[in-house]
Amino acid sequence: MEHYLSLFVRAVFIENMALSFFLGMCTFLAVSKKIQAAFGLGVAVVVVLTITVPVNNLIYQYLLADGALAWAGLPDVDLSFLGLLSYIGVIAALVQILEMFLDRYVPALYAALGVFLPLITVNCAILGASLLMVERDYTFGESAVFGAGAGVGWALAIVALAGIREKLKYSDVPDGLQGLGITFITVGLMSLGFMSFGGIDI
Amino acid sequence: MDVKDTLFRPVFRDNPIALQILGICSALAVTSSMQVSLVMAVALTLVTAFSSFFISAIRHYIPSSIRIIVQMTVIASLVIVVDQILKAYAYDTSKQLSVFVGLIITNCIVMGRAEAFAMKNPPVPSFLDGFGNGLGYSFILMAVAFVRELLGSGKLFGMEVLPLVTEGGWYAPNGLLLLPPSAFFLIGLLIWAIRSLQKDQVEEPEFRIAKHTPAIEEGA
Repeated sequence: MEHYLSLFVRAVFIENMALSFFLGMCTFLAVSKKIQAAFGLGVAVVVVLTITVPVNNLIYQYLLADGALAWAGLPDVDLSFLGLLSYIGVIAALVQILEMFLDRYVPALYAALGVFLPLITVNCAILGASLLMVERDYTFGESAVFGAGAGVGWALAIVALAGIREKLKYSDVPDGLQGLGITFITVGLMSLGFMSFGGIDI
Repeated sequence: MDVKDTLFRPVFRDNPIALQILGICSALAVTSSMQVSLVMAVALTLVTAFSSFFISAIRHYIPSSIRIIVQMTVIASLVIVVDQILKAYAYDTSKQLSVFVGLIITNCIVMGRAEAFAMKNPPVPSFLDGFGNGLGYSFILMAVAFVRELLGSGKLFGMEVLPLVTEGGWYAPNGLLLLPPSAFFLIGLLIWAIRSLQKDQVEEPEFRIAKHTPAIEEGA
């Protein structure tokens, strides 16, 4: 249990997807103008990450890894080169299913997340988390915790950035820095702040 | 269509990173050394160029409802090729790039160009457009990596340029530039520089701060 907790805290703060791995930056910068939108996207990312990372973990362990097909009588087959294609396929399919499911059963949430769900397929935080999971050889349990942690960390970062940007629009920014430029510098400062979590261990 | 314009417009005028906010993730993460950035830049340029080419070649046969998945499949296959080549011939660099080669798939530059240009234009201009956007990305990547590696560890492409204090030289390296946040600052400043030169790219602020005018009393 303690191991999982430590993994979770690590994924949220120390190895924050957005601020220390720079994953999902495009949407991170594009959708962080309003807190409400940022929060919606954040929730969607948490949900999608928590589902896709463990699913990709199963696919990797039982289909793609070296010798994983032993159960089908093919112990010498190594399909790990198909990884990228399979993960992105799983992500695209899951996002689609999630979208249809929400549309049918939770229309309120669907209306709130509507525009953001399709965007998530091309959010590199999702694919990045799956690739990191494979690189670090997580077990099924660990991958579920890591997925949830990575999602919560990303959501935290985008909501915080949106909060800062909402205040920032009243400040007198030099012309050339207006908009994208000042956002980059703000994110840099936030990233510096998150680095102070480094070394914390539970 | 003007070849030179298609090819070089994205480098300065219409830069994918600085103006279109596309493909930033990897731009930040791999730029602490020039060699790694160069490999990344070449990989991305090739993937963008060829994916635009292939997608444009089959654009009349893609049903629009599943076009995203078709584009993804083309891109992912190309990235797998790049990944395998890197693992075979440049294993150390591919270890350093870790997940970022795979992340070319979700790099918005590739998808963005496929969607915005390749779906509407014939293969050869699409190829040039993809190549040009790759160059624009490479330009920013190399510029950021140049500053980070030179000032952060006193080297360029792993060759010593500024002799370090620790090795009997005179240059005390600035460790901050090797850390992630410095990439944000550098790109922020770079955008500032580009937009100071090209005023039309400046974004309009949502609120203008009004000039301070002393309140005039009612009825005075």
